[in-house]
Amino acid sequence: MQQIIVSGIGGQGVLFVTRLLAETALDRGYSVFISETHGMAQRGGNVISHLKVSRCEAHGGCPPESTFHSPLIRPGRADILLALHPDAYRVHGYYLKPDGIAYVNSPSENGPFILDAGKIAEELGTPVASNLVLLGFAIGFDEFFCSRSDVEKVLAKFAGSRLELSLKAFRAGCAGSGTRKHVPLSP
Amino acid sequence: MSDRKILLGNEAIAHGLLESGCTMATSYPGTPASEVLSTLVQLKNACGLSIHLEWSINEKVAYEVALANSYMGRRSAVVMKQVGLNVATDPLMSSAYTGVRGGFVVVSADDPGPHSSQTEQDSRFTAMMAKIPVLDPASPREIRELVRVAFELSEQHEIPVMLRPTTRVCHARQDMEVFPFADRKLFPLFEKNPARWAATPKFRLVLHRQLNEKLSRIEQDSTLAPRLVNDAPLRAGNPSRSRGEKTCVVSSGVALSHIKELMIELGLWDRVPLFQVMMPFPLSRSFIESTLSNYDRILVIEETYPVIELQLRLQAKVFGRLTGTVPSAGELLPEGIEDILRGFFLLPESDRSAPPDIPGRRPTLCAGCPHRAAFFAIKKAFPKGIYPGDIGCYTLGLNLGAVDTVLCMGASISHAAGFYHAFKASREDFPPICATIGDSTFFHSGVTALMNAVVQGARFVLVILDNGTTAMTGHQPTPARGRNLDGETVPSLSIEEIVKACGVRSVVEADPYDTERLLQTLREAGDHARSEDGGISVVISRRPCLMDRNRAGSWPKFEIRVNEKCRGCDFCIKQFECPALQAQGEKEPVRIDRNLCSGCGVCVSVCPHGALEAALSG
Repeated sequence: MQQIIVSGIGGQGVLFVTRLLAETALDRGYSVFISETHGMAQRGGNVISHLKVSRCEAHGGCPPESTFHSPLIRPGRADILLALHPDAYRVHGYYLKPDGIAYVNSPSENGPFILDAGKIAEELGTPVASNLVLLGFAIGFDEFFCSRSDVEKVLAKFAGSRLELSLKAFRAGCAGSGTRKHVPLSP
Repeated sequence: MSDRKILLGNEAIAHGLLESGCTMATSYPGTPASEVLSTLVQLKNACGLSIHLEWSINEKVAYEVALANSYMGRRSAVVMKQVGLNVATDPLMSSAYTGVRGGFVVVSADDPGPHSSQTEQDSRFTAMMAKIPVLDPASPREIRELVRVAFELSEQHEIPVMLRPTTRVCHARQDMEVFPFADRKLFPLFEKNPARWAATPKFRLVLHRQLNEKLSRIEQDSTLAPRLVNDAPLRAGNPSRSRGEKTCVVSSGVALSHIKELMIELGLWDRVPLFQVMMPFPLSRSFIESTLSNYDRILVIEETYPVIELQLRLQAKVFGRLTGTVPSAGELLPEGIEDILRGFFLLPESDRSAPPDIPGRRPTLCAGCPHRAAFFAIKKAFPKGIYPGDIGCYTLGLNLGAVDTVLCMGASISHAAGFYHAFKASREDFPPICATIGDSTFFHSGVTALMNAVVQGARFVLVILDNGTTAMTGHQPTPARGRNLDGETVPSLSIEEIVKACGVRSVVEADPYDTERLLQTLREAGDHARSEDGGISVVISRRPCLMDRNRAGSWPKFEIRVNEKCRGCDFCIKQFECPALQAQGEKEPVRIDRNLCSGCGVCVSVCPHGALEAALSG
């Protein structure tokens, strides 16, 4: 079971990243429960998605404690926070559990899990794909319920005409984490 | 796994409607209900179904159109948000009396929070007031199932049935199995029965008695009664059965979903019985009686008003919103429910950290939004004006100080009239009054308000912000489109002609990107409102929404440059608030975010120092 918060600013593709992860989970036989932000907040406000992944199928016979019933993650309970914007970490960081990991897109800060995904996406000529760069970066640390190739397989189904650019962005992010894995992490 | 899909709550409603053989669905868009009808449109086209679908002009009309289909024995649904239900309350109340033939489901989505609404009102109370049953789903999976239950219940008792999801059900996604749709080609048969379909007050009394009998039968239907979610606490041999005070939790909707997870974690799952109320009204009398006699303390957790709680008539035993155990405003988030459960069951307090006290980002109009340009010109034309506003993206004119009131759909026009008459009646000179309303909202509720304002002799400027779509809720078509949801050509309504037909003599169209011309138009409109033979002046500020994928958004795109004249006064940021203009600190020149800038070039005429320059790009 894994609880993931995806947070960003309206228009950054929070919903797309969440959907991509959810479809990857479904593809791998997991059950998902998601809560999304729609409506007025999508106009440039803080947007947050809650994604809960459990192994238990919905076909019954599943003990109540081994699946999720609520669409929301409580503060202090998220395993992973994907912050598509530096603001997102400040605003929604409190959802993380004490040993949870935040992967943050930020041009100005440094840290083992921080990447300037916006700059990488811009260099690739696709500034809107910074969400996929950060996702690739995060997936590269092998902390998710799924692997890099699991996501790529599902991306191929959903990216449509943008597949080539999307894959490029995702892989550029993966490469970013590859170079950092040997860095000893300070708490 | 091809038959398993991740569906949004609203998509699950659409699947449920089609699986149940619904033959007509009508709606007016509104968060959190908007995706139901758009999903139906997609599924209809993909599967070649014969269901009639329409974005009606407003919720009242939507209700009445779908109801007629039900009169003819065909399953029908009308979909709206909770404040839309207020607009449709007139036909709702009356149709409870006439009853229905084909199953008739009223989907009214509530918005505890509120996230995207004027109120946190509880549609279940409206169902209670109308004397119709209401079902309260706890998850996307459950709501699909409850659509079927609602149709059967409606047909069995010939009564409208309300389905009341909340935002956290509408906008949650879950994986679920999907089934093929039944395309019911049911011949529409209207059996004349004036004593029912055209009942006069004498027959209305008869219908009211019949309605009471229907409700009484529904209340006694054991399949719809509240059910025990966790049977362990009541199993023979469970020690907690005999221990001291007897407590239970009664819940419905998404609050129940949160509670399940919390009770498991807090060790209450095997100790305390949890009851799910699927149908909060009419609440099963035998459940009320048995709960009140079997338990000493009953904790009721529901959204958003105490509907179940008020029906458990023995208040000394019942704890909820009326006792202050559950807060009486705001969404019930799982962390809040955790605190309620810990307090009620005397568990230690949670050690969770509080959210940081930092302001989140407020929503803003998009970069290049034509509304922003119009608001800037309005402020400049009427610097001391009163600005009644309305419901839509353009409510965000608030950020620019160009919206002073927001009440409900269409109220901008009536408010403008009311402000004017107040000054006139007190023989005072009146300040400039400039109301704003979007095109879709104008069609929804603005036309009657405008007719009234004209015939009462009001004087003000009305700017109709016409972006050709219902933008905030996801770009649903307006009556000006000239095409129905089947793609057939239908007459298109002209805002100019409607405004003229309402009796307005001064109607001018302007392009909000042309700041100087719009400013001139607004000033002339203000003069007309004050002139001897003047009256209401309407300016139609027309420019398609930049985010509307249904329209080719073509305009000459400018490359904006910040020149050396910029001293970082931030006038453009404070007065224009375009997300593409970014402050760099005191006295530092602003920066243009190229990824956000739409190239509309309006900011060039905003800067009082000539520090923003535009060159035609590419």
